[in-house]
Amino acid sequence: MKRISAFLIFALLGALLAACGGAPAAAPTAAPTTPPAEATAAPAPPSGGMTGVIKIATQSPLSGPQAALGVGIRNGAELGLEQLGKTLTDMGFTVELAPFDDQAKPEVGSANAKNIISDNDILCLVGHLNSGVALASLPDYQAASLVMVSPANTNPKITESGYPNAFRIVGRDDVQGAVGEEFARTELNIKSVYIIHDKTDYGQGVAEFFRQNAEKNGITVLGFEGTEEKSVFDSILTPIQAANPDLIYFGGIYDQAAPLFKQARDRGITAAFLGPDGLDSPVLLEVAGDAVKGMYYTSVAAPVSQFPDAAKFAEDYQAKYNEAAPPFSAQAYDAAGICIQAIANAATAANGKPTRAQVLEAMKTLGTFKGITGSYEFNAKGDPVKGAYFVLQVSTEAGAPAEVWNKNAVVKRLEIAAP
Amino acid sequence: MAVEATTGSDLVITRRSFRSFMSEVFGPLLQVFLFVIGSAVVLGGIVLLLALALRGARTDIDLLQGTITILPQVIIDGLVRGFLYATIALGYTMVYGVLEFINFAHGEIFMVGAFVGAFFSAALASSGMLTTLSPILFVIAAVFLGMAVSGLLAMSIERVAYRPLRGAPRLVPLISAIGVSLVLQDVMRMIAVNTGLGFNAQFRTPDLGQPLVLAQMPIADDRTIPVSIDSRSLIFIVVAIIMLIGLNYLVNITKLGKAIRAVAQDRPAASLMGIDVNRVIAVTFLIGGALGGAAGILFGMRVGSINPYVGFLPGLKAFTAAVLGGIGNITGAMVGGIVLGFLEAFVASYLSLFTRGQFSGASYADIVAFSILILILIFRPSGLLGEVVTQKV
Repeated sequence: MKRISAFLIFALLGALLAACGGAPAAAPTAAPTTPPAEATAAPAPPSGGMTGVIKIATQSPLSGPQAALGVGIRNGAELGLEQLGKTLTDMGFTVELAPFDDQAKPEVGSANAKNIISDNDILCLVGHLNSGVALASLPDYQAASLVMVSPANTNPKITESGYPNAFRIVGRDDVQGAVGEEFARTELNIKSVYIIHDKTDYGQGVAEFFRQNAEKNGITVLGFEGTEEKSVFDSILTPIQAANPDLIYFGGIYDQAAPLFKQARDRGITAAFLGPDGLDSPVLLEVAGDAVKGMYYTSVAAPVSQFPDAAKFAEDYQAKYNEAAPPFSAQAYDAAGICIQAIANAATAANGKPTRAQVLEAMKTLGTFKGITGSYEFNAKGDPVKGAYFVLQVSTEAGAPAEVWNKNAVVKRLEIAAP
Repeated sequence: MAVEATTGSDLVITRRSFRSFMSEVFGPLLQVFLFVIGSAVVLGGIVLLLALALRGARTDIDLLQGTITILPQVIIDGLVRGFLYATIALGYTMVYGVLEFINFAHGEIFMVGAFVGAFFSAALASSGMLTTLSPILFVIAAVFLGMAVSGLLAMSIERVAYRPLRGAPRLVPLISAIGVSLVLQDVMRMIAVNTGLGFNAQFRTPDLGQPLVLAQMPIADDRTIPVSIDSRSLIFIVVAIIMLIGLNYLVNITKLGKAIRAVAQDRPAASLMGIDVNRVIAVTFLIGGALGGAAGILFGMRVGSINPYVGFLPGLKAFTAAVLGGIGNITGAMVGGIVLGFLEAFVASYLSLFTRGQFSGASYADIVAFSILILILIFRPSGLLGEVVTQKV
């Protein structure tokens, strides 16, 4: 009897290990696509110091509810490394991607950060998806002078907290909240709003900025509620139904927004919906269906189709990963490009494999980087000098959510300097 | 002598009077019903008193009218939420009754039930039968399927992860249960992601009809807001009540129920009386798991989209509900779930209104609801229906 149970337990453990082993094993296979043979074949390297392995890490949720976006960031960076990494391989280095799964959890991100900085080959990091996770990991990166280039973090604190090593290529929530408020007031003629947020740094942050601007500009704020509820929103919707707002603004991520919007419509609430770039995922449409068709959201990252220079990226992504490039993947491609450029500059200056501190110095004097989603130049805080902001409308066409989502139209595009 | 005694007691069971039959099967239901009315009246009274007391403090809106307008809807929300906790709590309480052990994997059993429903609906949808199938048939088939899978899963978990540890110190099976819960979450995640169902799995249903509008409540500006109950929530409540009646019948009337109660009271003695303790415990897990699975199916149907982590929070709340009602007591689990559901719904809907938006109701619902719980447990440590000598199961 006992022996059978012991056997079963071992079988269970074995199955688990096999299951866990599957995912990470797949990741490093991408690395050998930049053949180290090139280093020996080409006699180009000018000095003997230009050898060794250079790793660029990514941190984003590869599992869990937000994996759709997180995997996009990993894949975008991987593609960036393959196509732009040539700058470094030509010098004689071997370039590798080191993907980490932060599970969208601050504590996991911070634990990974300790692993990342203990690997001296990692010279630059592309990440994160979630501002709260980035803020938890930044102290570790700073301790090791590791440059973080974020393709998606919009919370002002990322660059306002005095981290010299924090850079981002996207806009900020304080501006995004204001853009949303202005759009609601002037274009949608909204007189009253009910604001809901997800109690995270990101969601509550952008919701607060929306509220401040709304109160300043004469929109009545009927309610401001935070919730971690993910499935049953009855108790939140009852007061909303009584308050009868023109607009429901949701500061948070699509996995929570989708059931909320769906249940609101099911109940007969007719208010318009608006939200920040956290809603930018086909899953929103997949889960909420008709409830979100035609709704607006603001974003710091327009769909890949909106960037004329990113057409080739979209094709390459589709070919390599067999799915449409998700939001932020093109930004991750550019973030990887910025990492590579900074490392290359530092390597030239140091005439050998640079240290992290040298890469950080190179980042500060990078100048303008021309990427596929725009040209980027960083100010002293690490924000792009001019951030792009978009208002998008969910397509009303029928079809598979992932395809329909790519037809979402940009209704407004603004270039606003970082505050 | 002994043989005679046994046949004698058997006769008592079969010749149970109609009256005692009714009182044992439907009595607990009456108790639950009284608690529903009681909670609604007490909490409704409290918010009305608060509204009256604070009326002068707010000039911008009519607080009393605002309170009354949403009251019926809040009560319905609380009822639906309460039945969710109650159906899950039944599984915790049954297992605790026979083993005095908290089966922390029960929330995941519930989640697996929801996924079984999602797989079922996806299979129907791909064969094109989903829209043509009669909704009632769909609900019945899905519930039975979920009950079967979750029940068998709970039984096999007991066999693999708990039975070998039965003699071990009490903390050991607890740790094992937490481990099982993590394993189930991630195995289900693996299955869902790799079968095309996706992490956020869709639970499609045939058209179950529009929400049932019970009344229209007038509000300022000649506007009315509907008091409505979703048809899915109605199904949830009806099925939950049927399950409670069935469970009462099973535990109080049948011979198997008598065996379960005997094992709960004194395991070695029950064993000496010729009861196969292992079998009874396995059956208890089967029943508890089946109830959890049915709750999962109904929950998934109502929410429409599920993921492998949906079981955690309802599981935790249901455990709280079971403790609140007096753990080990079946009616107590129902009552505890309903009281907790009402508390949460009232706090979430009214806190913001009464504090002028200073405290967001939804954020603080858990804090306030659980503070009240602690108060209740200070004055009734064995739970609302628990007795000093707990009558288990």
